[in-house]
Amino acid sequence: MIGEPLDGPTISGGHMLVEGALDLTHKVILYLEDITVSFDGFKALNNLTLTIDAKELRCIIGPNGAGKTTMMDVITGKTRPDSGTAFFGQTLDLTRMSEPEIARAGIGRKFQKPTIFENHSVFENLELAMKTDKRVRRSLFAEIDDNTRDRIADTLRLIRLDAHAEQLAGRLSHGQKQWLEIGMLLMQEPRLLLLDEPVAGMTDDETERTAELFKSLAGKQSLVVVEHDMAFIEKLGGKVTVLHEGSVLAEGDLATVQANPQVIEVYLGR
Amino acid sequence: MKTDRRIPFVIRFLSATGRRGWIALSVFALVTCVLLPAAHLWLPNGHPLHVSDYVITLGGKVMCYAIVAVAMDLIWGFTGILSLGHGVFFALGGYAFGMYLMRGIGQDGVYHSALPDFMVFLDWKAFPWYWQGTDHFLYAVLLVLVAPALLAFVFGFFAFRSRIKGVYFSIITQALTFAFMLLFFRNETGFGGNNGFTDFKRILGYSITAPQTRVTLFALTALMLMFTLVLGRYLVKSKFGRVLAAIRDAESRVMFLGYNPLWYKLFIWTLSAMLCAVAGALYVPQVGIINPSEMSPANSIELAIWVAVGGRGTLIGPALGAFIVNLSKSWFTVAFPEYWLFFLGLLFVLVTLFLPQGVVGLWQRLRARSGR
Amino acid sequence: MILRTLLTLLWLAGMFVSPAQAALDPALVKQLNADDTDQKILAIKQLALTADADTTRVLQALANDALLIDGDRVIRMDGERAYDAVTGQEISPLPETAATLVINNRVRGELATTLAALKLFVPNRDQRLAAAKELEDNADPFFIPILDRALAQERDPEIKDLVAQARALIALKSPDPAKRLAAVKILGESDNPSLKVRLIALTDPAKEPDERVRIAAKTSLRALNARLTLGENIERIFSGLSLGSVLLLAALGLAITYGVMGVINMAHGELLMVGAYATYIVQTLFRHYFPGALDWYVVAAVPVAFFSAALAGIILERTVIRWLYGRPLETLLATWGLSLILIQAARVIFGPQNLAVANPSWMSGGVQLMSNVVLPWNRIIIIGFALFVLALVWVLLNRTRLGLFVRAVTQNRAMAGCVGVPTGRIDTLAFGLGAGIAGLGGVALSQIANVGPDMGQGYIVDSFMVVVLGGVGQLAGAVWAALGLGIASKFLEGWVGAVIAKIVVLAFIIVFIQKRPQGLFALKGRFVEN
Repeated sequence: MIGEPLDGPTISGGHMLVEGALDLTHKVILYLEDITVSFDGFKALNNLTLTIDAKELRCIIGPNGAGKTTMMDVITGKTRPDSGTAFFGQTLDLTRMSEPEIARAGIGRKFQKPTIFENHSVFENLELAMKTDKRVRRSLFAEIDDNTRDRIADTLRLIRLDAHAEQLAGRLSHGQKQWLEIGMLLMQEPRLLLLDEPVAGMTDDETERTAELFKSLAGKQSLVVVEHDMAFIEKLGGKVTVLHEGSVLAEGDLATVQANPQVIEVYLGR
Repeated sequence: MKTDRRIPFVIRFLSATGRRGWIALSVFALVTCVLLPAAHLWLPNGHPLHVSDYVITLGGKVMCYAIVAVAMDLIWGFTGILSLGHGVFFALGGYAFGMYLMRGIGQDGVYHSALPDFMVFLDWKAFPWYWQGTDHFLYAVLLVLVAPALLAFVFGFFAFRSRIKGVYFSIITQALTFAFMLLFFRNETGFGGNNGFTDFKRILGYSITAPQTRVTLFALTALMLMFTLVLGRYLVKSKFGRVLAAIRDAESRVMFLGYNPLWYKLFIWTLSAMLCAVAGALYVPQVGIINPSEMSPANSIELAIWVAVGGRGTLIGPALGAFIVNLSKSWFTVAFPEYWLFFLGLLFVLVTLFLPQGVVGLWQRLRARSGR
Repeated sequence: MILRTLLTLLWLAGMFVSPAQAALDPALVKQLNADDTDQKILAIKQLALTADADTTRVLQALANDALLIDGDRVIRMDGERAYDAVTGQEISPLPETAATLVINNRVRGELATTLAALKLFVPNRDQRLAAAKELEDNADPFFIPILDRALAQERDPEIKDLVAQARALIALKSPDPAKRLAAVKILGESDNPSLKVRLIALTDPAKEPDERVRIAAKTSLRALNARLTLGENIERIFSGLSLGSVLLLAALGLAITYGVMGVINMAHGELLMVGAYATYIVQTLFRHYFPGALDWYVVAAVPVAFFSAALAGIILERTVIRWLYGRPLETLLATWGLSLILIQAARVIFGPQNLAVANPSWMSGGVQLMSNVVLPWNRIIIIGFALFVLALVWVLLNRTRLGLFVRAVTQNRAMAGCVGVPTGRIDTLAFGLGAGIAGLGGVALSQIANVGPDMGQGYIVDSFMVVVLGGVGQLAGAVWAALGLGIASKFLEGWVGAVIAKIVVLAFIIVFIQKRPQGLFALKGRFVEN
């Protein structure tokens, strides 16, 4: 099932199909409409409306508390919105799906703080992430076959951890952990990647390579990158959305957005 | 998508336990299934190598506890879920098999009735519905496997679905076993109230006190313990086990990778409960009594300390821990009964403070140091 | 039957006996020593009709086995001194031939009732009330003149009602339907459960020929039942509140250590135990050194229990719990171990048996709301005490610097440390506070439950349930959860029995947590899960 094309019905057999296949007929992979989330009266998201095109690379910026992380929580099913709709493709209603269902439907998420399995080896981290039947019965009898080994080896090379395959993930440096998490995301073969501050704590060299990697992915998958590092965003070169107080303040390429007086107000005025 | 060189499952299952493991198990099997039974049955009473009734009973009992400890470790050490209610599964297994043993008394009770004495005492005229069929051995075995597992499944399903974790889960499992203890204390529940079941006479037609029956049960318990260890080894080395450990360490990551932790937890939880139930079923005929105090919250917490003393997250550790704690208990309660609770309490404190990996962890650390 | 007729005759005769008669009738006094029991009883009743102090003294002496007989003379003992029962003259020395006047149990029963009737005239209100209650249950036509006199004299409305009811009960036997009807109506105003049987009998045509009486009996019965149900419900709500306040006292300390600090303290129940033993020790000290002020030992025990439990808590925190912050499951196990050690220590020091801690006199007795509802003082005081402790905790957490620091450390330990809050010390103090409050709970428990090594174990599951149900870190939640659990348990106990009630409550909590894992008063927000 590794070699199967990404479009069209995925994985045959099993209840994953219940969730339905991703429908990209309108070239849009993610619709967020009028999403509102409030915590004890505080509106973390306030009528947020946002669409991401298929195979697009989108950067999202905004001051602290703008609702970036909450938005990702809504997309990945961790937080249920108080109102509004969230669709993945044309058919998949994200507000009715659980986190694992959303993940299997093809949304991968990288957290702000790298979350990897520290007591597993790097190899095992990637193995667990790999796109496959993830039900109990399969896990009980699963064997690591050559195909899996090859896939993992490829990813290890890509994230430059091939020398550390058997090392415990907890022993990696911060930047390496970030890369491992990205590697895990790639093993999932998601259609949409949500990346929360992916280059935080990376060296310039690592940042550079990350930008390269993301750009190379953009043609095949959709990426949503939340970042504070403007240089990194510039390198990525995609469309930029500015979030402020839970809704979209501005949208466009980086230069336009940076010239927007409202954006300047939000970033500098306080 | 299958690989060409697929290894048969049985081989994979058995080879999960390494060569050293099999050697150790073989020695254990030789001792428990051949040497000790032989020394008990055929060496005369005065012989220096004669193994007494006491040793066989105590050994059998402690091996039952070791099974429970390994089962507990699967859910606590490997999945990070601390149950303070595992006693309920152990006791339910014991009660389920105890029903068969009670039926086996037949008319030999004090009141010479087909009903157990406590039912005669309550003036019941017939067996309640849940006692139906318990006179059949196989049905009783089925009951041992199914009833506690069903309870575990239903309870676990709701608890895990609501994402009850950590201490919350521990506390409600404690409430669960407490509630069951109260329920079984009632005479009207139909399980003998305070006194529970005792005075068993025979099992499958054999006298329960006969030495041959005793050593058979003893050897069976040893085999069950070995099976539990081999099964545990396979589980924790499989991908399933890796997912469990991943759930323990970073559950949200597991979910965002597309695994549904609910079913993983539920599977290992139910399996762990079943192992406990089997241990309980083996325990009752050897010890000769089962009563609701087995379900007291204190008992269930004590299980956790066996695991902690031995070393959680290892399989042999908890089994060792069960031996260490229970043999000390037997010794203390004879030699210094006043001090047993002090010792047990200190054990809880010292192990959590200074031996987070238990004796197995300590041994590994010492070996690593001397190796350097 | 013969006795009854005799008594009735005597009663009629008694109507003419003047109450002002000074000395006792010597014949009647002598008759007290009659061989025939019936004769003895007759004498007692006849004597009683005079209802004066002399009679009371003689009859009381008879009840206390202090009436002696010496030939024809009846002698009343008062301590070491002897008096002639008839004349009241002192007799000295006591003749050696004098022997105690022996009475059997039947006489004793009649004597008790008679003495009760006579007690209707004592100045002490409580004694009169008790007497009226006793008479209501043992009405005897013979007492009607006494009751009438009491009715005329009595000023207290409550006692008056009771006496009227007692009189009505006697009147039920009257052959005159009008009198019976009036009596039935009076009984309808009672709340005495024992009257139910009498009224039910009166609704039966076989036993009551007059229809108007039967209808009135039905009405009265309905009124009585309504009042009884009300009483039962009041009683349940009260005992629920009382149980709830005990749970609250047990849980308040936990609300701080677990709710605010996140420490699972399984030894919490044993800190209650420390408080209860401290109360016991204070009581013992008072007995030895200030027996005069024994009634106030509980007041002295409050600070002692608080500080001894707080000290125990601080020692636990410094030696064990401090090293386990952030590892809740390990904390749980270690504190369980500590609880075992504390239990065994109590067993070694104080012995395994339960110790007697007595209620001070001002806490015994109770407020009688209705005939079937008594609110015991000790429980009322504990409810008040729980409210006091609650207010104390609230003030400490919300209005003091310590509380401010505790809340700061709870919300963001690192930041609190950065702005100069001594986090380590705050942890110790907060834990000590939680432990001290458990100690206060122990004082309360010592007044209503057994003080023994295992006493804490019974509360640990319950108090965790309260904290979990109420929502972690929420004082208001703990209050509602404790009172709600208390009242619900008591109502369930009334319907299904104590054990099933307990199981139902536990099952309810298990189900409830499934639905609302954050408890009744959930904190919402993005930081909750972390």
